[in-house]
Amino acid sequence: MSTNGPDTPHVPGPSLWPIGFAIGVACLLLGLVITWVVAAIGAVLAVTFGLLWARDVTRDVRGEVPEIRPETRAVSDRAAPAVVAAEEPLPAYTRSRFLEASLIGLSGAMGAVLTLPVLGFMVLPSFTGVEEDEVSLGPLDNFPEGEYVIATYLSHPEQGEVSRRTAFVRNNGESEAGEQSFTILYSRCVHLGCPVQPNGPIDEDNVKKIKNVELRPVLAQSFGCPCHGGQYNSEGNRTAGPPVRSLDRYSFSIRNGNLVLGELYAVGNVNGTGAKATISKYPWSVPGTHVDGLESWLYPIVPTQVTG
Amino acid sequence: MARRKTKRDQIVELAVLAPLDWVDERTGAVRGAKWFLFRNVPRDISWAQTLGFATLIAFATQTLTGAILAMYYKPGSEIDPTTGKPLAYASIEHITNDLTLGWLVRGMHRWGASVFVILLFMHMGRVFLFGAYKYPRELLWITGVLILAMGMLMGFTGYLLPWDQTAYWATVVGINLNGTAPFAGPWLAQFLAGGAEIGSDTLAKWYALHMLLIPGALIALIGIHLYLVARLGITSPPWSKEAAGRERAAVAQPTGTRAGLVRGSGDGK
Repeated sequence: MSTNGPDTPHVPGPSLWPIGFAIGVACLLLGLVITWVVAAIGAVLAVTFGLLWARDVTRDVRGEVPEIRPETRAVSDRAAPAVVAAEEPLPAYTRSRFLEASLIGLSGAMGAVLTLPVLGFMVLPSFTGVEEDEVSLGPLDNFPEGEYVIATYLSHPEQGEVSRRTAFVRNNGESEAGEQSFTILYSRCVHLGCPVQPNGPIDEDNVKKIKNVELRPVLAQSFGCPCHGGQYNSEGNRTAGPPVRSLDRYSFSIRNGNLVLGELYAVGNVNGTGAKATISKYPWSVPGTHVDGLESWLYPIVPTQVTG
Repeated sequence: MARRKTKRDQIVELAVLAPLDWVDERTGAVRGAKWFLFRNVPRDISWAQTLGFATLIAFATQTLTGAILAMYYKPGSEIDPTTGKPLAYASIEHITNDLTLGWLVRGMHRWGASVFVILLFMHMGRVFLFGAYKYPRELLWITGVLILAMGMLMGFTGYLLPWDQTAYWATVVGINLNGTAPFAGPWLAQFLAGGAEIGSDTLAKWYALHMLLIPGALIALIGIHLYLVARLGITSPPWSKEAAGRERAAVAQPTGTRAGLVRGSGDGK
């Protein structure tokens, strides 16, 4: 049945389904930025028209469904003459079939034994040993109330400058509950991870060094990213540019009068300022990913790590 | 009228043709090369059909210059005690400023990368506008798209290697861009970062990807792509008055025949 040639190529007939499918996909994508209702409608459209299209296109290949006659039995005393089917040779499991199968099976097993550890070695080390220790930033009186201080340190000193972490630390004084409050913003942009800079002069004359931590007072009430122009206010909320959430923050604790940085967490939004702020806190996530709203469903599990 | 063999003919036969014959008898190499190179092409092809070959030459240049740069480049973010700079950056400076003709070869590789990608897109545009992706050349298009993807990966992984500020932060951005892909994105980003830091491990990993894994895949894909070009031939332009896709005289099997693996195809089986 090889009727297809260079002059009569095998092509499916014209169909309107792809257009419906495309509209569905467009609706779905649009819905992701507008509202989930549009996305749901788009998904339904895309799936429906996609299936119709697939059915249309594969009609030739699938072939016609054979008609099956209902089973009947002759109702009579005499047994119907037994219909002897033409004797078909039994499918023999020959030696060559056996050898073929064992060759494929054995090579597969040997291949797996060889490649799986290698693949594991390629992938797994990226995900292990990435925890970071807590860092002490020294006594609390290094942080004057209401002013930002830039704190930098090396999280993995053996790796050198690439492991330099920067935090913007502001002492908020005591909260209403009587607890010491700090705003500690992580310097990496939540757009795509570039180093965010304070929008103000750094007081280089009053640099303090405590062990491997450097502290620089800065006169800044906002922050900006040099890469793509993301801007944040004094609470780390986005004011301009492409970032999708507020600046990440460090959790902290106070031990023996020292400020100690803990784990990073992601921030959806901050209401209010300083000690009175309400922070919508989420587990840390990769820059550029949403932590709240519908889009956060796209990132159900995130490996715990700070990228770069 | 049989021409008498001159002395020169005899020498050529003895020194060139006879050894070639010897090789061909044992490998089929000469017949293979003839099959690959001496093809019929449509009468009305133009310079537009040379873009693919130009891309191939750009790739060959990248391969050659890259292999030679690898003789001098040192992937590593440790501080070199003599220069006080990271090893990778110092070795790039050394290649560019100190080594004879290093600036030229590095420049060829650096600018050639852009040439390669631009030519890839021009070639793709030509194929698209001429409709040359249609039956029976669908797999040519698909291998071509894979080659394009590999080419972009080459650009992405190569950009980090100079280990300067631009390279470093562009890579941070690139890794985090991968991180925004749904579901697998954060894991992909973590794999690309290769550990807690974008540091020595990342650089070594990307160097291995850039000069071993991706080029290997790229060479294999280009091999398939070229085989298909030789097998299926070049399409006439859309405005051609000649019928497209004439069968090749030398190939006994017409392109439309199938192996009969799918129901309803094959020859009446």
